[in-house]
Amino acid sequence: MYESRTKRLNVAAVALLGFFLWWAQGNLDGYKIQILNLVAINIILALSLNLIYGFTGLFSLGHAGFMAIGAYVSSLLILPAAQKEMIFLLEPLVWPLSVLQAPFFVAVLAGGVAAALFGLLISLPVLRLGGDYLGIATLGFAEIVRVVANNLSGITNGALGLKGIPNHANIWWNYGWCLFTLYFIARLVNSNFGNVLKAIRDDETAARAMGIDVLRCKVVSFSIGAFFAGVGGALMASLLTTIDPKMFLFLLTFNVLMIVVAGGLGSLSGTVIAGVVITVLLEWLRFVENPVTIGSFHIPGIPGMRMVIFSMALLFIILFRREGIMGMREITWNGIIGVCRRKGEKDRD
Amino acid sequence: MSVEMFIQHFLNALTLGSLYGLIAIGYTMVYGILRLINFAHGDIFMLGAYFVFWGGALFRLPWFLSVVVAILFTALCGITVDRVAYRPLREAPRISALISSIGVSFFIQNLSIVTFTAIPRAVHVPQWLGQVHLIGKVRLLPLAIVVPIVSLLLTSGLLWVVYRTKPGLAMRAISKDIETTRLMGVPVNRIIAITFGLGSALAAASGIMWALRYPQIHPFMGVIPGFKAFIAAVLGGIGSIQGAVLGGLLLGFIEIMIIAFFPGLSGYRDAFAFVLLIVILLIRPSGLMGEKLEEKV
Amino acid sequence: MTERETALETQGVTMRFGGLTALHDFSIRVHRGSIVGLIGPNGAGKTTCFNVMTGFYRPTEGKVLFEGRDLTAKGPHEVCREGIARTFQNIRLFSNETVLQNVMIGCHVRTPLNWWETPLPFGVGAKKEKEIREKAYHLLEEVELAHLADECAASLPYGAQRRLEIARALATEPRFLLLDEPAAGMNPQESQKLMAFIRHIRERFNLTVMFIEHDMKVVMGVCEYIWVLDYGVLIAEGAPKEIQADPRVIEAYLGEEAVADA
Repeated sequence: MYESRTKRLNVAAVALLGFFLWWAQGNLDGYKIQILNLVAINIILALSLNLIYGFTGLFSLGHAGFMAIGAYVSSLLILPAAQKEMIFLLEPLVWPLSVLQAPFFVAVLAGGVAAALFGLLISLPVLRLGGDYLGIATLGFAEIVRVVANNLSGITNGALGLKGIPNHANIWWNYGWCLFTLYFIARLVNSNFGNVLKAIRDDETAARAMGIDVLRCKVVSFSIGAFFAGVGGALMASLLTTIDPKMFLFLLTFNVLMIVVAGGLGSLSGTVIAGVVITVLLEWLRFVENPVTIGSFHIPGIPGMRMVIFSMALLFIILFRREGIMGMREITWNGIIGVCRRKGEKDRD
Repeated sequence: MSVEMFIQHFLNALTLGSLYGLIAIGYTMVYGILRLINFAHGDIFMLGAYFVFWGGALFRLPWFLSVVVAILFTALCGITVDRVAYRPLREAPRISALISSIGVSFFIQNLSIVTFTAIPRAVHVPQWLGQVHLIGKVRLLPLAIVVPIVSLLLTSGLLWVVYRTKPGLAMRAISKDIETTRLMGVPVNRIIAITFGLGSALAAASGIMWALRYPQIHPFMGVIPGFKAFIAAVLGGIGSIQGAVLGGLLLGFIEIMIIAFFPGLSGYRDAFAFVLLIVILLIRPSGLMGEKLEEKV
Repeated sequence: MTERETALETQGVTMRFGGLTALHDFSIRVHRGSIVGLIGPNGAGKTTCFNVMTGFYRPTEGKVLFEGRDLTAKGPHEVCREGIARTFQNIRLFSNETVLQNVMIGCHVRTPLNWWETPLPFGVGAKKEKEIREKAYHLLEEVELAHLADECAASLPYGAQRRLEIARALATEPRFLLLDEPAAGMNPQESQKLMAFIRHIRERFNLTVMFIEHDMKVVMGVCEYIWVLDYGVLIAEGAPKEIQADPRVIEAYLGEEAVADA
């Protein structure tokens, strides 16, 4: 009974979101729509990192690398041949890529698959490491990806990057992928396979004694996370229409990590909430870097201030509320209804 | 390759390796004691360079005085970072302190953009250090001699502190077992502060010499050398000071020599260290001089 | 002891850590369906022995055979798949998960739910999931923890945590169960119940049980055969009566004077 009610409420929530997006498309300006799009993509990225770190306990700092792979692969598949010829000034694009074309959905999927394959490739050696060493090794992987992207002019156009990527990633694609990511990861972590991942996170030794092939499960979780990071990167490339290696610095991973930590490691609803709050906050904070004129006062913008505030916020969270917004808890329909009932009863008393 | 060219590369590698080594010491000491990768260490290195720049440019201090002041200030910054961002997390899971240090790293970088601006600045190099001498066909920069010598002196000084003084003894004790050391009445937090101070001072010295050798400073200058120095520390065996210096030198030589022999790879220079890191972690995670740690079941 | 089939056998197992020999030339033969004990003073190498048998350590020398198959080179999860399950001296539950989830995790090795089955709507995944949930629930009923199924594992009282750890081990469908100090921290009534419980699960699940224990009442009360370790060396073995009378065992436990006094 509860299950069917949850299902109905989920459908209702998705419908409500759809209605809101439809309304937003007609009534909000381009800048606000852009923020809405970024919210969706950041949630995809943060959910995938939460699967890897929050649920499986693998401290990975390689997200920027997976995003870069997803972004480049899908962009090369949707760039029109003429545009490719125009932007590859240093070296022409190598042959099959120069003529290869795919529909947007397939391109994004290919970006995710490519990222997942790289995830698989590096996870086999790297996941034998634990804790902080894994973090550094995955960070190293991301940096290698960036350096390679900077040098492999025949494929990535080097430091110039790719320009004029078709802007297919509209609000429907982004939220569609965002909902799919949420659905997929929620189903995964709430299944017994998810229980196994959490077991590995909580006590690897005990998990091994329970007959769990720890390395295999880690590889699966890591690769699925890499897939969605690649999808996020692919969508972001199409949303921003330009990418270059500088975009995929460690800072990008830091932003995603911030959302995951703020939302709560091992909480999907926390990640969604933090994804919205932090994306909006990051955009809103741009005002401190822009000059402001109030009456006759002219306050010059302070470059760097936004990230100062942002990194201070992370420090506050990690020092004073380490479990983040939600800890490991989730907001569920049953939970909400329970709270409403209790409140109703209290009001009646 | 001609002998002259080789000597030239050798000197370059020695300089770069010594600088990596000095930074790596800070990583290795902090990791040895707290099992913490101090992400902010590269930014502490950057602060050292900026302090000496401001000492000279803004307050018109004589150069040696500004160097001393810069090192002291940087040490103080290192201690403050520990006090504010790491000490409250001693009992927390290790990754929390690591995330905290990533936060501190971005904080320092961006605060530096706010206060120093992101514009790269040229550093004034004293004539006697920057004047190139031609010996045969080898262009000899006095810095290429000064940097390794200063590094050697500083490292010896540090080793003396660690192996011949009481605080040094306490440091070694903490790195073996922090709880027992605390029970023996050692002021653990003060010793950790001293460790951060020493590590940061060495990073500052490295930052200052870096700014003289590659005469430009900017708020992100510590990021890549920081990562590489950490890798040097892992290469040498984390926890071992001699290992850190050795790892730094080795990394310096690997970088310079690969580019010297395969100029086509110069674009990939920043990736060598990371490839090396992944390789070491796979074949010998304890590094060249490190002890092997085993997890207890 | 009558001739019965061998469940587990170790042949000259030696385990060295650096210069320290934690276990020396350890050879035993455990009969199928028996309840046996491994005792010895602290630091005698008992847990090391368990770690070797369950694949956590690879012995420096010697072999571990289970039902005739060589386990020596196998990792912990492969050993578990072969049919050996264990508990830990310092209870190692998955503390953030519920009681039911803990047991469900144990079911994974026999009924693995693959990652691609979970997101598929209506179908295979859900059916398997239900099967696992029911099996786990039955096991909880067996150890009288079903009423606590949705509690967080860490919130359970100590004795219940011990039983949950055993239930979790049983979920892997073992034929051989290793219990590391199951009675530690229990009062006499509780250990009395534990003895009955061990006998019960042996019958119910057709097990061979081997355990490490310091509580001699439990050891002597339930074990059919006992091995005694001291400084990594097997110093005695036999039925409880023989062990109680063995001067070497008394010496190992109480020191030489005690023997002289006696």
